[in-house]
Order: sequence, then C-alpha cells, then structure tokens
Amino acid sequence: MSFILLHFNYVAVAILMMAGLFVVVSSSNLIKRMIGLAIFQTSTGLLYISLGKVSSGTAAITVDAASPEKQALANHLDPAYVAQYGVAGVVYSNPLPHVLILTAIVVGVATLAVGLAIAVRVREAFGSVEADEIEVLSRLESAQAGSQA
Amino acid sequence: MISFETLYAAAPALTAHAPVLMVAGPLIAACVAALSPTARTSWMISVTGSMFAAWMALAITGEVARHGAVDYYIGGFAPPLGIAFYIDGLGAMMALLVSSAGVMASIYSGHSLAAEVRAEKHTHVQAAFLLCQAGLLGLVSTGDAFNAFVFLEVSSIGAYALVAIGEKRDRRALPAAFNYLIMGTIGATLYVIGIGFLYAATGTLNMADLSARLATLGDSSVVQAGFAFIVVGLGIKAAMFPLHGWLPGAYSFGPSLIVIFLAATATKTSIYLMARFIFDVFPDGAAFGRNFIAWVLAPLAATAAIVCSIQATFEREIRRILAFSSVAQVGLILLGLSLATILGASAGLFYLMAHALMKMTLFMAVGGLAISLPARRLDDFAGVARDAPWSATAFAAGALSLAGAPLTLGFLAKWRLLEAALNAGQIWIAATVAIASLLTLLYVGRMLEAIFFRSAPAGAPRAVEAPVGVLAPVLVLAGLNIWFGLDASLPEQLAGAGAKALLAGAP
Repeated sequence: MSFILLHFNYVAVAILMMAGLFVVVSSSNLIKRMIGLAIFQTSTGLLYISLGKVSSGTAAITVDAASPEKQALANHLDPAYVAQYGVAGVVYSNPLPHVLILTAIVVGVATLAVGLAIAVRVREAFGSVEADEIEVLSRLESAQAGSQA
Repeated sequence: MISFETLYAAAPALTAHAPVLMVAGPLIAACVAALSPTARTSWMISVTGSMFAAWMALAITGEVARHGAVDYYIGGFAPPLGIAFYIDGLGAMMALLVSSAGVMASIYSGHSLAAEVRAEKHTHVQAAFLLCQAGLLGLVSTGDAFNAFVFLEVSSIGAYALVAIGEKRDRRALPAAFNYLIMGTIGATLYVIGIGFLYAATGTLNMADLSARLATLGDSSVVQAGFAFIVVGLGIKAAMFPLHGWLPGAYSFGPSLIVIFLAATATKTSIYLMARFIFDVFPDGAAFGRNFIAWVLAPLAATAAIVCSIQATFEREIRRILAFSSVAQVGLILLGLSLATILGASAGLFYLMAHALMKMTLFMAVGGLAISLPARRLDDFAGVARDAPWSATAFAAGALSLAGAPLTLGFLAKWRLLEAALNAGQIWIAATVAIASLLTLLYVGRMLEAIFFRSAPAGAPRAVEAPVGVLAPVLVLAGLNIWFGLDASLPEQLAGAGAKALLAGAP
C-alpha cells in the first residue's frame, strides 16, 4: 500500500494512459477515439512533469539572494530534507521536463487538429463518424470495384 | 562506375551549418510553398527545397567519409544541455537516402499531382510534403532522443494530411489516413513515454550521453521498461509485424507523391531510429537487449517476411500487393540487423537502401499508369505493357529487383543477407530469407503476368503512356536498379560505413 502511495503520480499516469488507450481501441466513434488519444497523450505530460517535481521546489526563476522572497521560499523547505541534502537557500523544480512537455503538447494539439479535420471530412464523405459503418461502406466499395470488370 | 570516392569528390565543401541547413531548407521551403500563388510555383519551390537538402546531405556524406562523424550544436549550446545534431556514417547514409528520395518524388509530383488532387490544394500538398521531408531529415541527423520525437511527429503529421488528400480519387483514403494517424500517434506517444523513463533513470536526453550513463546502470527495471516502450513505439512507426495495420491502407489510398516518398523513407527512418537505440544507446551486453533481438525481433521479422509475402500473393489490388510486400521486406531488413554482426548490419542496411529504390520504382510506375487508368485492381492493369511500354518496363525492372533476379540490385541485396546469415551461423535466418524470396517470386510473377502477358478485356479502359515529367524519374530509378545490380560499390560502401558506425566494437 505504501508503495502505491509513494508512487501515486505514476499510478495516476498509468490509469489515465490505460483509460485513453482503452477509449481509442474500444470505441467506434472517430471523435471519441480522438478524445481517447488526447487523454493518452496528456498522461505523458503528467508523467514528465511529475518526474521533474522536487518536493517543496519552486518554479525555476532565480530569485535575488538578498531578497525576502528567497527567505520565504527557503522557509517552505522541509527541515529533514535540508538536513539530508545540505541545501542552502532555494530549491528549484527541474524545468526541463516542463519545456519538453510544452513541445509535446504543441505536437499533441497539432495531431488533434489534423485528426479532427480528417474526421470532419470523413463525415462529409461517408455521412457518418462511426468506424463500423464506414468499414461496411468501404468494403461495399471494394466489392463493387471487383464486380465491375 | 559510381563509387564512394567519385561521390565525395563531387560533394560540395561542407559549410559549417550544413547539418542544420539540410533540415531548415525544406522547412523554410514548406512555408514559402504554402504561400506561393500557383500550383506551378509551389512545385518549383518543392523541387528546389528538396535539391538543396540533397546537396547538403551530399556535403555531409563527403565530410563524414573524410573526417568521421559530424557534430553540430544547435545555437552553439553544447550537449548534454543543448540539442546536438550528430551525423555518423549511418546518419549520412539515411540523410542521403531520404533527400534523394525527396528529390525524385518532388520532380515526379509535378505531373502526378494534377491527376490526383484539386489544383488549388497543390500549394498545401507541397508544403506538407516538404514538412514531411524536413522531419525525416531531422530525425536521421539529431543526436537528441526527445528532438527525434519532435521530428518524427513533424514528418508524421505531414504524412497523415497527405494520405487524407487522396480522397479526391477514392474516399476510402480518409478512414485510412485516420487509422494511420491513430496508430502513428500511439506509436510516437509510447516512444515519448520510453524516453521519459530513460530520462528518469539517467537525467539526460542526449543519445551519446544516455549511452554512457545507461552502461553504468545495468539491468535496471526502469531502463527495461523504457526499452520496451521505445521498441514498441518505433515498431508501430516502422510497420514491424504485427504492428503494421496502418500501412496497407495508407499506401493504397494516398496520392502517389506521398506513397512513393513514404514507401522509400518513412518506415526506414523508424528502423534507423530503432537500430540506433538497440545497438547504440542501450548497452551492448545488456541481457534484455540480446533477449529482445533473439526472441522478439528476429522471430517477428521472420514471420513478417513469410506471412506478409503470402498475404501479398492473395491480394487483388496492385498497391496493396506492394504494401504487404513492404511489410515483408521490412522483416528482411530487421532480420539482417538482428544478426548484430557488422556483416549482418551492413547486409540489412544494404537491403534497406535496395528496398527503398525498388519500391519507389514500383510505386512510381504504378502511379504513372494510374494517371490515365484510375484503377486499383491488378486485373485492370492487364495488358498495360502494350499501351504504356516504358512505364511497364520500369515496373518490370523494379519488380525483378524485388524478386531478386540476377543482375539487379535486389539479387545482390538478398545474396548479402544470405551470406551474412550463414556467416553468423544462423541457418534458420538464411532459410527464411530463401523462402521469402521464393514467395516474392510468386506475387511478382502474378503482377508481371498480368501486365505483360495478359491482354486487356475488350471494351476495358486503356492506359496511356505517362507524361515525360513522370516517366523520366521512373526510368532513372529503374536504371539505377540495374546499374547498382552490376556495380554496387556505392550502396555497399554507404551500408558498410553505416554498419560500422552502428556497431562500433562488434565482431
């Protein structure tokens, strides 16, 4: 139990990931599939961001060493943590994962946009966004192409 | 006689920024093409952008051959903090392959697009094509694992849109593109998750740095999980059996421009990245890596080579035959790489280049015929050789090469593979290659029989010879299939340099 509690961020990531993937695989509605895909991609964001979090760490914006903000931030730190790692002053969270995920979010939004645009065109061409109906229509078309010649 | 020496004697001197210019060139050209006023100008921009990238790739290949791997720090920030481009023999080979495929496809697109896509869409098609090309070039030159993901997605998003644009000819292009998008995105996301695990374990994203730090970690379970995610993710992108579900649809319904480009490069670059991870980034001696190669990669690749060849034999649509054949050939490439010897890897890479060349020839010839004969089924192409002898001849050259007829590139490629497998003592791999080659003969025979020896049914629509702009690149590629079959020193040296870069220190 304590293992799960200690790794609750990963548990949340795994649940989101599987939920997203399940929606993608199980639903036949193209829009729902895109939603599932978006959830799946978001779970990666959570994975990265939670990796970069340092407990009681603050955003990676340097503060003036003499400023009262620095004192206030330093006071937030857990004394046990300070004793263990011997930190003096402010602790920052790792900013790199945030930057990476910013990029991944942009990629995700672009994919979502292209996917939804294709779904719109599918609806215009087939009159449906249900994958199984489209499948039937497509098969019919393949069969017709066969019988013409 | 084209050899490495003549190639890099012709290579322009490397400007300091060639690696980044190679990627930025098509990227900038994509923006210009999207804004260009007419279809014609966008085509010219596309050809110029692709040629510029090929010129840079040639410069890099020359530089790598003379002075070893090229390092380029983006913005002057040194790794591991900054993003670095790192192009060694393998990267140079891939860059040359991708950019020359880009040049051929863009020249070809001048006429073929007009038949397949509405004229007002051409500017956007060319822009997406250039984006796709820039993404793939970036993918093979980057030395940063996360950067590779971004380039992978840049190229893929371009490809999804391009497959969907095939709807003018056949509306089934749309569900095919959607399926491709879903599968591709799942693959890319799994890859990112894997990279996340590696980052958690090592705190770095630079491939060289990752490799050094992973070597000290041993069989950590985090690293193993990362390995699994990365391999499965890239396996989807590389259409590794049984993750190839997206490929036949995308290849059958996309416009010829993108199909020939994807067939020559898209799965190949993912194979490249996978090989890079398996052999370069992950420690060589790691048990999980060796087990994966022996118990997952090689058996699946062998299954693909056999099962998909059989499936290709039973398909009725010509492009689907070629698509399933692609999955089978990906299996053969992976079989070569799975030998994990210098000989095996260079045979695999040689096969990779050979397959790119022959599949490009085949899809180009089919696309050229389809301009006047908008048919899909093999039976509709019956007797085409009489109406369009040049296209049919080019098709035959590609098909014979695919089947491994002597005096063609395909023969040499299969021979190298057999030789490497026997040399490594893997009799069953050699047997698989032989059986797959025989099966290839079946479906190649079926295609050639229909095109050359059957006569068209009375009243059936007849094909017209493809226009010169389409025919020229097809014939050049068909000629190369034969040329390299007689004198393979260029692809051989490229593959050898690639294998050495991939397996530094292996037997």
